[in-house]
Amino acid sequence: MNIAVFNPVGIIASQEKSLLIFSFLLMLIVVIPVMIMIIAFAYRYRASNTKAKYSPNWSHSTILEIIWWGIPTILIIVLGTITWKTTHELDPYKPLNHTTKPIEIQAIALDWKWLFIYPDYNIATVNFIQFPIDTPLNFKITADAPMNALAIPQLGGQIYAMQGMETQIHWISEKEGEFNGYSSNYSGRGFSGMNFIAKATSMEEFEKWVEYVRTEGGNLTQSYYDEKLFPQTVNEPVQIFSSVEKNLYRGVVDKFMMSHGSHGHAAESKSEKVHNKSHDENHIEHHEHSGH
Amino acid sequence: MNIFGKLGLDAIPHDPIVQVTGCFIAIGAIGILSLITYFKKWTWLWKEWLTTVDHKKIGVMYLIITFIMLVRGFADAVLMRTHQAMAFGEGAGYLPAEHYDQIFTAHGVIMIFFMAMPFLFGLANFVIPLQIGARDVAYPFLNSLSLWLLIASAMLVNASLLIGEFAATGWLAYPPLSGITYSPGVGVDYYIWALQISGIGTLISAINFFVTILKMRAPGMKLMQMPIFTWTVLSSMIIIIAVFPVLTATLAMLSFDRLFDMHFFTPELGGNAMMYINLIWIWGHPEVYILVLPAFGIFSEVVATFSKKKLFGYASMVWAILVIVFLSMIVWLHHFFTMGSGANVNAFFGITTMIISIPTGIKIFNWLFTMFRGRITFSVPMLWTMGFLVTFTFGGMTGVMMSIPGVDFQVHNSLFLIAHFHNTIIGGVVFGYLAGLIYWFPKITGFKLHERLGKGAFWCWNIGFYITFVPLYILGLMGMTRRLNYYTNPEWTPFLLVSVAGVALIAAGIGCQVLQLIVSIIQRKKLADTNGDPWGARTLEWSMPSPPPLYNFAVVPHVHDRDAFWDMKEKGQNSNNQITHKGEVKYEDIHMPRNTAIGVFAGGITFFIGFGIIWHIWWLAGISTVLCVAFLIYRAFDQNIDYYIKASEVEAIEKAYAR
Repeated sequence: MNIAVFNPVGIIASQEKSLLIFSFLLMLIVVIPVMIMIIAFAYRYRASNTKAKYSPNWSHSTILEIIWWGIPTILIIVLGTITWKTTHELDPYKPLNHTTKPIEIQAIALDWKWLFIYPDYNIATVNFIQFPIDTPLNFKITADAPMNALAIPQLGGQIYAMQGMETQIHWISEKEGEFNGYSSNYSGRGFSGMNFIAKATSMEEFEKWVEYVRTEGGNLTQSYYDEKLFPQTVNEPVQIFSSVEKNLYRGVVDKFMMSHGSHGHAAESKSEKVHNKSHDENHIEHHEHSGH
Repeated sequence: MNIFGKLGLDAIPHDPIVQVTGCFIAIGAIGILSLITYFKKWTWLWKEWLTTVDHKKIGVMYLIITFIMLVRGFADAVLMRTHQAMAFGEGAGYLPAEHYDQIFTAHGVIMIFFMAMPFLFGLANFVIPLQIGARDVAYPFLNSLSLWLLIASAMLVNASLLIGEFAATGWLAYPPLSGITYSPGVGVDYYIWALQISGIGTLISAINFFVTILKMRAPGMKLMQMPIFTWTVLSSMIIIIAVFPVLTATLAMLSFDRLFDMHFFTPELGGNAMMYINLIWIWGHPEVYILVLPAFGIFSEVVATFSKKKLFGYASMVWAILVIVFLSMIVWLHHFFTMGSGANVNAFFGITTMIISIPTGIKIFNWLFTMFRGRITFSVPMLWTMGFLVTFTFGGMTGVMMSIPGVDFQVHNSLFLIAHFHNTIIGGVVFGYLAGLIYWFPKITGFKLHERLGKGAFWCWNIGFYITFVPLYILGLMGMTRRLNYYTNPEWTPFLLVSVAGVALIAAGIGCQVLQLIVSIIQRKKLADTNGDPWGARTLEWSMPSPPPLYNFAVVPHVHDRDAFWDMKEKGQNSNNQITHKGEVKYEDIHMPRNTAIGVFAGGITFFIGFGIIWHIWWLAGISTVLCVAFLIYRAFDQNIDYYIKASEVEAIEKAYAR
């Protein structure tokens, strides 16, 4: 049985798994005593047990109340500190520290399929990705449809895909295998079919696959995108493309900026400025302007 | 242009499941209407119930709506769970995607807005004035208006089943999916207008109870002497007043987007869907606390009563409630850590969220130490409280886990999340309100509910809950996301089947409750509450006969203690007819609000305002709006709104009770 969250294949997912287990155990420090007290008090102070002490007006104890404001507070301070640290460490926008050159994949959520573009290789796929192990994957994500979320739990989590905006997630796989990917945010009647296989292989096999795509795939032109991919379809089979029209992805992200003349222009130049900023400010700023 | 706007014969659903349901509803409605006609009960119904401004009767009507909508919402749940259990493979299962998507949307909307909220207002209406020693709420007419706004909006939701469609967007209708491009039908409009109308009713009610609790308490009852249920309702009303206007404004902008192409929330012309998601959760998260705080209040009453002991840590409890009121408004972003807000923002909202677990935990300890050194009787309300303590603690635990963004990235929107919030909403809100209903039932009707059937219902619900939702936790960790119409992973099937078995057990629990109600009505003589205080309780509502007289308190009580009625009993004062200084009761004329039909008209007609806008039948919407305003203006000039019950009459009624 594959419990995806407990079966991580990359550093992000395995840290998230440890965090989940740690927080669960930490909570048990309170939960177990509470459960014991519930059972013990209910049993001991049942009305039929007249031997138990009965203090009908005892309703205050400063020491006891300090204890139970205190213990949860300490636990939350511990957990809060860990939260602060891990939230920064596991920030999906943070590029992974790794010696291998990362591969960029641009993902577009469409009604109701995923389009993945590999700009470094100039190839693209629908509802399937393949990538080499031990290589960071830099995902740039947008939508040309209602909001979705790109999720591959065994690699570690998910991030929303939104119209006219770009989000990011950074993943890596240390193991070969086929992992389930899907959209985790409901986007309409064909949503259930938005799942795909994420296949991690050796570098050689990946390169062979790229060659295969380049020889066997069709051309992803803007008109093919507009006529075949953009319209609503359900349960779309895997497709491969040997070449991708230049700036197709950028065009989708900037779709709503281009169409409104000077307004869009200003936003665009701001967008470039933002992209050059340091990472941390980058995505906060990005959200602030990205709706223009 | 068609005078019926977009409405045509094609609005009748083609799905046979819906058609059959529609026929049953129609037959049921005709049956009820003919029975009322046959027994010539129309005048009675109109005078005694529909036009009443009595908070007790309004409370009962809220509870009846709650029960009807619970059955509807639960039927949706049954459809969803059984469909998913059969839905292995592309297009499998018996519900087409379009219908299935409406069902999960309707389930969420109905359970929150038309089950939980009316349940809250039903209990608050009945109990609050009695508990604080008042004769009615501050604004009896507005109370009736709120009820009718709720009825109108509930009718809109039910109309969508038979005329047109409901939203297929998920219960919070995120744009752009809920925008006109992706949802061109009337479903989202039904959603918007049902919520707008019920939301306005809720806001009016909240103001009503806020003023009632602050201004109409019996002499001597200081704030720190109010029963905890009153405190929690007050807090809940404060949250409603703070956040329901946000819901109204957000839905108004969404409807402008749809009607006038305005793009507040769609990216053309610079709109931003993220704005909607933020705004809707700025309302949505506090909403959870609006519902659960009064449940905490009920548990506090129940624990103290059935442990025969003063509530432990009253001051702690009050402060914990107020801290939750504040914190509930600064955690909303934890519903979308995965939007990519950046580590600083996510960490901030994660930490504020886990801080809420501190005041919530305090309460659990206070309840436990109320039981400590008590004399606990395990009557049905106490059983629900025990079930709550266990279930809610687990729900809180998974909630704290999900408040850590690193964990949330893995389980967000998965069935783990679904299991978590049902764990807190069923384990907290539903268990709490059911405990409250059973606890106050003898006060409402004058007889207790059948004990053994109540215990049967409790065990079915409680065990059924775990069998239903524990598999969902596991499925979430296996990577099953919410709202799937079909799935392709064969490993999920066994868990989904177990979950269906749990639903069957919960259904048995609901069956027990229906049977319990019927049996109790038949055996009402045997189960009668003869002295008004069947549980040996502590607060003022138990100081009067059951069901209470029209004016509640023949003589307004003076409060000297937190557990006002317990205090009276200790001092040997007469429990039934209030304060009997020197053995003599001096009755005075009692000032009462007069019944009015304006609530029915002004509230009821909002159904047609909503219906007209939904279907673009502009003349209907226009005329209805004008009439609605006219009714309200008429009411504002109406001077004949009150009357006096003569002292002699009061005395006669009280003597009849004493017999």
